[in-house]
Amino acid sequence: MSQIPPEFIVKIDYDTCRRCRRCVMNCSFGCMQFKDRVVPDHKKCVACHRCVTFCPESAISITKNELTYKDSANWLPETRQNILKQAETGGILLTGMGNPRPYQILWDHMLIDACQVTNPSIDPLREPMELRTFLGRKPNRLEFTRDGNDEIKLSTELQPQVKLDVPIVFAAMSYGAISLNAHRALAMAAKNSGTLMNTGEGGIHKDLNSYTDNIVVQVASGRFGVTSEYLNSSAMVEIKIGQGAKPGIGGHLPGEKVGEDISKTRMIPVGTDALSPAPHHDIYSIEDLSQLIYAIKEATDYTKPVSVKISAVHNVAAIASGIVRAGADAVTIDGFRGGTGAAPMVIRDNVGIPIELALAAVDQRLRDEGIRSHASILCAGSIRNSGDVAKAIALGADAVVIGTAALVAMGCRVCQKCYTGNCAWGIATQKPELVRRLDPQVGAERLSNLVTAWGYELQEILGSLGVNSIESLRGSRERLRGIDLDEQTLELLGIKPAGIGQ
Amino acid sequence: MRCDCYIPSGCAVSGIMSKAGERMDGNDIIRSIALMHDRSNGLGGGFAAYGIYPRHANEYAFHMMFDNMEAKDQCEEYLKDTFDIVLDEEIPTRPGAVFEQDTSGRSAECGTQPITSPPILWRYFMDVPEHRTTFVSEREYVVEKVMDINSKFTGTFVASSGKNMGAFKGVGYPEDIGMFYKLDEYKGYIWTAHGRFPTNTPGWWGGAHPFCLLDWSIVHNGEISSYGINKRYLEPFGYKLELRTDTEVVAYLFDLLVRRHKMPMDLAVRALASPFWKDIDRMPKREQKIATAIRQVYGGALLNGPFSIILGYSRGMVGFNDRIKLRPMTCATKGDDMLYMSSEESAIREIADPDTVWSPKAGTAVIGELNWEVE
Ligand code: SF4
Ligand code: SF4
Repeated sequence: MSQIPPEFIVKIDYDTCRRCRRCVMNCSFGCMQFKDRVVPDHKKCVACHRCVTFCPESAISITKNELTYKDSANWLPETRQNILKQAETGGILLTGMGNPRPYQILWDHMLIDACQVTNPSIDPLREPMELRTFLGRKPNRLEFTRDGNDEIKLSTELQPQVKLDVPIVFAAMSYGAISLNAHRALAMAAKNSGTLMNTGEGGIHKDLNSYTDNIVVQVASGRFGVTSEYLNSSAMVEIKIGQGAKPGIGGHLPGEKVGEDISKTRMIPVGTDALSPAPHHDIYSIEDLSQLIYAIKEATDYTKPVSVKISAVHNVAAIASGIVRAGADAVTIDGFRGGTGAAPMVIRDNVGIPIELALAAVDQRLRDEGIRSHASILCAGSIRNSGDVAKAIALGADAVVIGTAALVAMGCRVCQKCYTGNCAWGIATQKPELVRRLDPQVGAERLSNLVTAWGYELQEILGSLGVNSIESLRGSRERLRGIDLDEQTLELLGIKPAGIGQ
Repeated sequence: MRCDCYIPSGCAVSGIMSKAGERMDGNDIIRSIALMHDRSNGLGGGFAAYGIYPRHANEYAFHMMFDNMEAKDQCEEYLKDTFDIVLDEEIPTRPGAVFEQDTSGRSAECGTQPITSPPILWRYFMDVPEHRTTFVSEREYVVEKVMDINSKFTGTFVASSGKNMGAFKGVGYPEDIGMFYKLDEYKGYIWTAHGRFPTNTPGWWGGAHPFCLLDWSIVHNGEISSYGINKRYLEPFGYKLELRTDTEVVAYLFDLLVRRHKMPMDLAVRALASPFWKDIDRMPKREQKIATAIRQVYGGALLNGPFSIILGYSRGMVGFNDRIKLRPMTCATKGDDMLYMSSEESAIREIADPDTVWSPKAGTAVIGELNWEVE
């Protein structure tokens, strides 16, 4: 018998419960049973709040199981729970979502400047405020010629650029890790909002063929679903080297999640595990990566930017510089707080570095080498609100990438059980009865609303900074100040402490 | 001498140009900027003048400011090593000079403020030794040396470094600075002027406008809110931004875009004060392609925040505003020859009876070019 005490207590108010059994139907974790009345099995509850949300009488409350473990500041409940689990199973602990541990969040130690008197702020309700952003390689300079009629012509041929109406794109989440309905919602929202969604490493379902201009297709170490048609039905191609939640670790989609549709999209037999190896087996050096970049460029006739996604690790600046020199048109850096569908807990919680530091280092390094314009920088790994977006852009990002925030907008409760395939909200699951719970139309609307709202907020921030275009914020670290940060961290971020003027 | 604090400032600007290259003395520009006395606060004023050294037109004229003799000696060693000095002399001044006529000054005692305690002001007419330009162009060489001096020599500052031009600037009201430098005795075909209203006390002569590099000079009313990124954009190109003022980025951006990237002047202004996307989207194809590419490639050069700027260079004078015209700028012409630009129309009418007067649209450059060629 398991010794692990329940993490949560499901309390049912039997006075108000009208025995409609809705919670029984809604709990995908098998926690609720009906025996004359609803009887919860506390041990199975993951606090996904599906039942709470759908109970018509508000008769359910979920609480932490206090004092399951006697207090200790060192041996925390989750520590002991994990030990118990491993003592019982002898296995690696799996988990989902981003790093939940209380590491310092550097975004919350940065403050944004504003104008007063000497330079006026600008009212975004009355003046244009531009967020338009282009991803792709840019030359260091343009050249012009004059033709016979003395008209000036641009003689520099620009590499392909992808236009974003807002500098916020949706993160790579594969069809497999998340449901088709979730993919549909993301694609529709990307189209509505003039931005991009990313297929992740699972290929692309044929239903999304009409969203080509708003899709980034990913090529990962498993090469699932990669065909020339796949590469060409995109706005941009991304090579996935690493993911912030699990640097250096491959992917694993359990066979139970591989049904008919997924098997077609991924091009693997039904019911087999989809294993992405830790490294690409044809990339063991930067020159190998360069070959893949150019192979993809050849396959897409040099019409699409190719980006490379890496996780934020100690040496990220040098790695990113190598990637840009290898021919990448964009680099996505994913910080150690970034989300995942499934990862070993020990990796998620202990490997990598904060995105804030990685971003600052990469942007500065590329500038020092005079190659900053050669690639766009996308910043991922727990962007939680538009304040984070503004700070990331001021540190040097061209655009940010949101995964968890997008899922939350669609209904995710961050219960961290994505890897079980039981997501009660129809997001991280392939069970048809659960997938149905997510209406793609509604999901898309909620996602678009989020992006629109953040866009407005960014405009407010720009206005208060007295600038009317996002490129005047991009990399403008002068407009950031650090608070409660040590000198070295400030130096790494390239910002001054709060209290110091220009 | 160098002030370590950043100084935001409001201001007045004025510019006069004879497109025919007729040289006129400094009295008009002094009177024009004097009329806008109230836009300054006595903490800085300056002038740029073109065509003033016809006898040394082919040599680089360095206007230098030194805190003391040691600084001068040290820098002179360096200049001797790196240039052929043709002539060096003290820049003539009238110590304690004031502008005698009435200004708009609110009260007499702050209206005139004799110019005192200047740094050592010296000018050098120099050639670049031929053997120095095997690997870099002559101008590139001069830029490197200016960056070197400004960043490495304490108590030394290069106020201007172009040919047949010079910057005259200091702490005080601009009209008094003009008298101090005896500008009434110089003759130039372009004059620009600046009166300064910094919001704290700098007391630094080098911090006054114009900011110059080679023959570029910038006078600027406003504040560059995008300074942070403009600075970081310029640094990889080898510019050292040491003067702690936003205005220097403008001079360097013109140097980069026009001299080094060989952009036509009107397109360079398009990069610095770009049209809005909503307007670009409505442009004819060819124009749209150019405007889009400029914004994609030169986003880091976009100047944002309130400004009106007058750029002077050997071949002309360019005035332009920020994209939503947060600071004033009026232009006027008289005949085919004269072009005027100023923060206030009155400052033009003070010295001329123009044929046409207009306020250029936000972000639109007014470009005056000489009718004849100069280098
Ligand atoms: S797992 Fe979710 S649906 Fe089930 S009881 Fe817990 S909160 Fe309710
Ligand atoms: S996606 Fe579903 S399973 Fe994953 S954390 Fe969110 S609610 Fe839980």
